Amino acid sequence: MDAISLLTIFVLSIFVGIEVVSKVSAILHTPLMSGANAIHGVVLVGAILVTGKAEDNIQLYLGLTAIVLAAINMVGGFVVTDRMLEMFKPKKVEKEEVSK
Amino acid sequence: MTPTWVRLAELAAAILFILALKGLSSPKTARRGNLLGAAGAAIATAVAFFYGQEFYGGPVQHLPEILTAIAIGSIIGWIAARRVQMTQMPQMVALFNGVGGGAAAVISVIEFLSVHEESVAMLTATIFTVVVGSVSFTGSLLTFAKLQELMTSRPVVIPLGRFITIGVAVGTVVTAIALILSPVNSLLWLLLGLSLLLGILLVLPVGGADVPIVISLLNAFTGLSVAASGYVLGNVLLIVAGTLVGASGTLLTRMMAQAMGRPLTNTLFGAFKAKAVTTTASAEDRPVKSASPEDVAIMLAYARKVIIVPGYGLAVAQAQNTIRELVELLVAKGIEVDYAIHPVAGRMPGHMNVLLAEANVPYDQLKEMDEINPEFPATDVALVVGANDVVNPAARDDKSAPIYGMPILNVDQAQQVVFLKRSMRPGFAGIENEVLFDPKTSLLFGDAKDSLTKVVSSLKTL
Repeated sequence: MDAISLLTIFVLSIFVGIEVVSKVSAILHTPLMSGANAIHGVVLVGAILVTGKAEDNIQLYLGLTAIVLAAINMVGGFVVTDRMLEMFKPKKVEKEEVSK
Repeated sequence: MTPTWVRLAELAAAILFILALKGLSSPKTARRGNLLGAAGAAIATAVAFFYGQEFYGGPVQHLPEILTAIAIGSIIGWIAARRVQMTQMPQMVALFNGVGGGAAAVISVIEFLSVHEESVAMLTATIFTVVVGSVSFTGSLLTFAKLQELMTSRPVVIPLGRFITIGVAVGTVVTAIALILSPVNSLLWLLLGLSLLLGILLVLPVGGADVPIVISLLNAFTGLSVAASGYVLGNVLLIVAGTLVGASGTLLTRMMAQAMGRPLTNTLFGAFKAKAVTTTASAEDRPVKSASPEDVAIMLAYARKVIIVPGYGLAVAQAQNTIRELVELLVAKGIEVDYAIHPVAGRMPGHMNVLLAEANVPYDQLKEMDEINPEFPATDVALVVGANDVVNPAARDDKSAPIYGMPILNVDQAQQVVFLKRSMRPGFAGIENEVLFDPKTSLLFGDAKDSLTKVVSSLKTL
């Protein structure tokens, strides 16, 4: 893809990124930060791409290191965010489920 | 060409990421939002193996090693995330963020080593990722060390620190430019070293309560470095995901800094002046009124309106459940009880809400600062549990105080104030709190959980 298309995507993404979180309540600052943190764990894709075409051992080992780090970021990030949000479950809903 | 279905799958992942962030902004949809994000990440990872000839120049090499590495990283991440205590959540997020930044930096190093005829734009993006990813990596590890109390959480000011930091920053920029002009490996290693050092130097002077803001900022940094690595690899999804996080993270950082009432530059570069230390010494033998658990129980039992101000001390003592028990007792007596949640109570904005939610405290008892502050003058007892800086009127009244300008909960306006404290030690920011010496203030010393348990049992006998 040419540079201008990539730039367009970059700029539009900035606006979307700002727009989607602009109304977040203070209660959710920590989970939101944690969730956003997990999303950039998608750098795992980049790590897989470079490792898949590694030319020598140095590149291979560096690539595998990047994969391990990125996977920790991604999986750990989503799991820890889920644990935080699990506790925000409204109590009423839970009771209704039990009574059913 | 990369197959069309792969590119469509990437589009789906990008949409899921946007919906994830959107969902995370509202309590009702937050959990689903996070799951959508995880689904997007899973799709993106799965299709990474199908980019085809054009990218890999053949079948994907080292497939078993790659899958093993993914499994190892996932297991480490999973276990770390399951095992971490809720009170240690902020440093866990910092750690996850750091390794992400590290991964982005390593990817760019590999790209630099493997491709030799780069355009200036490509080289710039590669080098940007190396620098920002490395800063994020060491910076995050250092915030982890600070919050985990592996080292002091106070600002660390090294002699001539500011000049060293500026020197290293200038050195990094000069090396980066030199590297763009003449891409040789030795310069890359130098740049890597300087960037890693820069991350440490930038975070060292940041103290106590400002650390969460730095985590958020480094999170945005990692997002940007991921976006730049997407540009280097020609991968649209990485650009979109990284930019989303970079942009939303920057906004979030600003919102947090606003909650602290301090401009971001102040947070980063205005290490608290040593002034606070001198006042601590002179204030040490001023009289305070200490109370027994029974006194506190009586005070609470005969109040009409009580506001609880929970702080990090409550979390450290694992007293969330005990405080809930206390509040339930008071409510049963017909007393009106609310929790006043300062935006930065705990170690991260929203941290206290997470901790109290864990203890099954209902939402509607949690009041945000702006909502609760007008109610303090009509409050009989303000019970401050393990909080200090967020109720320190110096932030409101004393222009020379390092925390001046930070909005606070006005407990000093309540009829009576009770502090549950471990000691007279000043709070995270290291500043003396005048409310402690106010005649209407009583102090109950001891571990928050012990103290609360005693208050609860004497309440039951009343």
